[in-house]
Amino acid sequence: MALYKLQINGKTVQTEADPDTPLLWVLRDNLGLVGTKYGCGIAMCGACTVHVNGEATRSCVLPVSSVTSAKITTIEGLSKNGDHPVQQAWDEVDVPQCGYCQAGQIMTAAALLKRTPKPTTEEIDATMSGNICRCGTYHRIREAVKIASAKTK
Amino acid sequence: MTSTRRSFLKIAASAGGGLVLGFNWFEPAAADVLPAGRTIPALVNSSSGSTAVASVEFNSFLSIAPDGLVTILSPNPEIGQGIKTAFPIVVAEELDVDWNRVNVVQSALDNKKFERQLTGGSGAIKHSWTRLRKAGATARQLLMQAAAQRWNVPASELTTDKGVVFHKASNRKLPYGELVADAAKLPVPTDVPLKDPKNFKLIGGTIKNVDNKNILTGKPLFGIDFYREGMLTGMIQRPAFGYKLKSVDAKAAKAMPGIVDVVTFKNNVAVVGKSTWQVKKAREALKIEWEKDGTLESNTDHDRLFTDMLNSEKATVRRKDGDVEAAFKSAAKVVKAEYQCPFLPHSPMEPMNFFAHVKFGPNGPESCELVGPTQTPDAARNETAKLLNIPVDKITVDLTRMGGGFGRRLKADYVVEAAELSSLVKAPVKLIWTREDDMTGGSYRPAVRYRFEAALDAQGNMIGYKLRGASINAGNATREDNFPSGAVPNLLIDSADHKSPITTGAWRAPITNFLAFAEQSFLDEVATAAGKDPVQFRLDLLEKAKTSPTGAIKYDIDRMKAVIRLAAEKSNWGKKKGADGKPVAQGFSVYFSHNSYVAQVGEVVMQKGKPVLQKIYAAADCGIIINQSGARQQVTGGVVDGIGHAMYGNMTFKDGVPQQTNFNDYRLIRMNEVPDVEVHFVDNGIEPTGLGEPALPPTGAAVSNAYFKATGQRLRNQPFINQEGFKGVS
Repeated sequence: MALYKLQINGKTVQTEADPDTPLLWVLRDNLGLVGTKYGCGIAMCGACTVHVNGEATRSCVLPVSSVTSAKITTIEGLSKNGDHPVQQAWDEVDVPQCGYCQAGQIMTAAALLKRTPKPTTEEIDATMSGNICRCGTYHRIREAVKIASAKTK
Repeated sequence: MTSTRRSFLKIAASAGGGLVLGFNWFEPAAADVLPAGRTIPALVNSSSGSTAVASVEFNSFLSIAPDGLVTILSPNPEIGQGIKTAFPIVVAEELDVDWNRVNVVQSALDNKKFERQLTGGSGAIKHSWTRLRKAGATARQLLMQAAAQRWNVPASELTTDKGVVFHKASNRKLPYGELVADAAKLPVPTDVPLKDPKNFKLIGGTIKNVDNKNILTGKPLFGIDFYREGMLTGMIQRPAFGYKLKSVDAKAAKAMPGIVDVVTFKNNVAVVGKSTWQVKKAREALKIEWEKDGTLESNTDHDRLFTDMLNSEKATVRRKDGDVEAAFKSAAKVVKAEYQCPFLPHSPMEPMNFFAHVKFGPNGPESCELVGPTQTPDAARNETAKLLNIPVDKITVDLTRMGGGFGRRLKADYVVEAAELSSLVKAPVKLIWTREDDMTGGSYRPAVRYRFEAALDAQGNMIGYKLRGASINAGNATREDNFPSGAVPNLLIDSADHKSPITTGAWRAPITNFLAFAEQSFLDEVATAAGKDPVQFRLDLLEKAKTSPTGAIKYDIDRMKAVIRLAAEKSNWGKKKGADGKPVAQGFSVYFSHNSYVAQVGEVVMQKGKPVLQKIYAAADCGIIINQSGARQQVTGGVVDGIGHAMYGNMTFKDGVPQQTNFNDYRLIRMNEVPDVEVHFVDNGIEPTGLGEPALPPTGAAVSNAYFKATGQRLRNQPFINQEGFKGVS
């Protein structure tokens, strides 16, 4: 066990963990930030997506020891009042069915729009295809990304 | 209107206190407050997170506070089917309140209050439609009566809208909140009028998922998010199919940091500890020896077994009409084909998990608290009671939102495991299955092979039909009374089943999820052999079932015809041309399951010489639509699920060991692989039925039949991706 200082959602937090503990489990087990979800543990489904220095990153395979100097944003910190354009668009289109994968979808979409504010449908598909939605809300996710893109301006 | 003397209204308010509904609804911690260490909030059960003020509980479903806030309990487990939104809409409709003033709260298991707290069989809406309406209408009547007394006018002169009672003649109005205290003192009417559906204000509209805000901001809603101070995390190593535990060396695992104990039970080895990652690593450090304890089956065994069962003299006859042998002897043409489908895991995004806290008295376990995702809380409680040998009323079950289930959470095995683990280590435990546990842990969709035979007369009429279902752990893999039964004068449907150590269970639209694909693909083959249009062929069969039925008919012929016609109309069936002016290859499919009817048309186009599935039209009849947003997504999601699993889903075995373990080798459909999906509903005003499953079964054949039209090749085995020639489909 080692003591880690992490920058999460604009705050500095301290927590003890084994160095190889994936960030996902530090967020969930140590810090109570359970919005980031466990889906596969091998970076195949995207449910655990967070932003590391602004980049969409799979937290389930990211050792905590590797992110001590990084700025980490989770779904809980994406916006202060839950009103990030992507969150608004997700509500407008009424995307969630079960909702379990949606935090990861939103974090992936938010990072995409930051990098590419006006993505083409092909760019949306290429990026969002890394995130699995077992309920099959893909059409609404695609529509919501487009709406969020329009909101972003 | 009749009344009972006894009021069942309960004033659940105390002077300054809140409504007590048997569970907690703490506000989650704000996202920007992140002190070091644990600050994990309890689960969010309420859609708005609002604090309840003194409220009057009108019945099992609803209570109203003096400030007008309506709290509606949602009793059924929410799995993504939208029941937590749909049920309250129905209550709120008859209560006639402003939807923005409704707070929806998930109820715990309480089968004294609620008769059916189950997510399965797409049955919730059908079961509860009238009950929910009456719950809302009864409360509305009481509020109107309270207003009538206060104003000294007949209740018949009053109207309501958005939570306000109006007396138009005297231009007076009172919000419900101001009437609840008086209403609580009135006798409860037993026979209340329900709204004329044409006056519905909420039902049939577009209403968003009530949990959106909590989902989109990452609030703790799911079982896996649950936390209790002092709880341990548990993981279990289970044997492969046909094995049992021989020995375990847990020395290294026990010595690892954070590990509290390693225990064995029922061929399982369980590790409990302080954090998920520590427990996972310790489990990997276990040295376990398994030994053979039954047959070790592989796919090659199943392929042989299917052939044996299809050729066997022994099969259970499920339905027999007319004289099949004579019909086939006299046939001008016989069509015969076999269809096969593999085992499938359910793969809900949230793996199995459950929290259990068994509490002990001097004589052993006394009570148990259960919290987590289950489609069947009642069964979970009963099985836990049996395990612990305590009465069911000593067990509580709190329901969390579920990250999917698709039938997997109809089995309570993982709940009982959690309870057993808690009982063994004498501590509160949250059991977690990893994705690998979930995929290799069984309860799969059964694997099946069907053999169909059809006899056609010289005019191309289907005069004989034979179906045998050969299955692994499916019991009866046929649905002998479904279409085309009733439409064919000579028919034989039978089944044979092999009992395997590989465990199976209900998988979204059990049996019909692959039977529909096989049957509707085969009927396309028969129509083609008869030289008939596949849509007209089905309509002719239905007409025959209507005018000269054979045996029992357990589907509604006119409703099935209506969805067929709607799908054909919307897809411009048989006439549609592509951008190149050439006809678009379309495939037709229709199925009745779980009391609803869905027809689909698939479209495949050739792009650079490769077939590409570009669109699915779906026409559904589930009666009255409660929520357009939810209903459309149920159909779209069902189609996407149907395409994905028909195309890619494949669970294989070697000597009892599952060969796919995670999403790297088990493929789920992704965004770049979904075609356009266009959804239409039949508007017939019939009482609503479910939509959680019915859109899935017809999809496979809509795809396979369109593929045939485009390429001339039949797809008879799933997954399609393994079929020669299909690899180009994206």
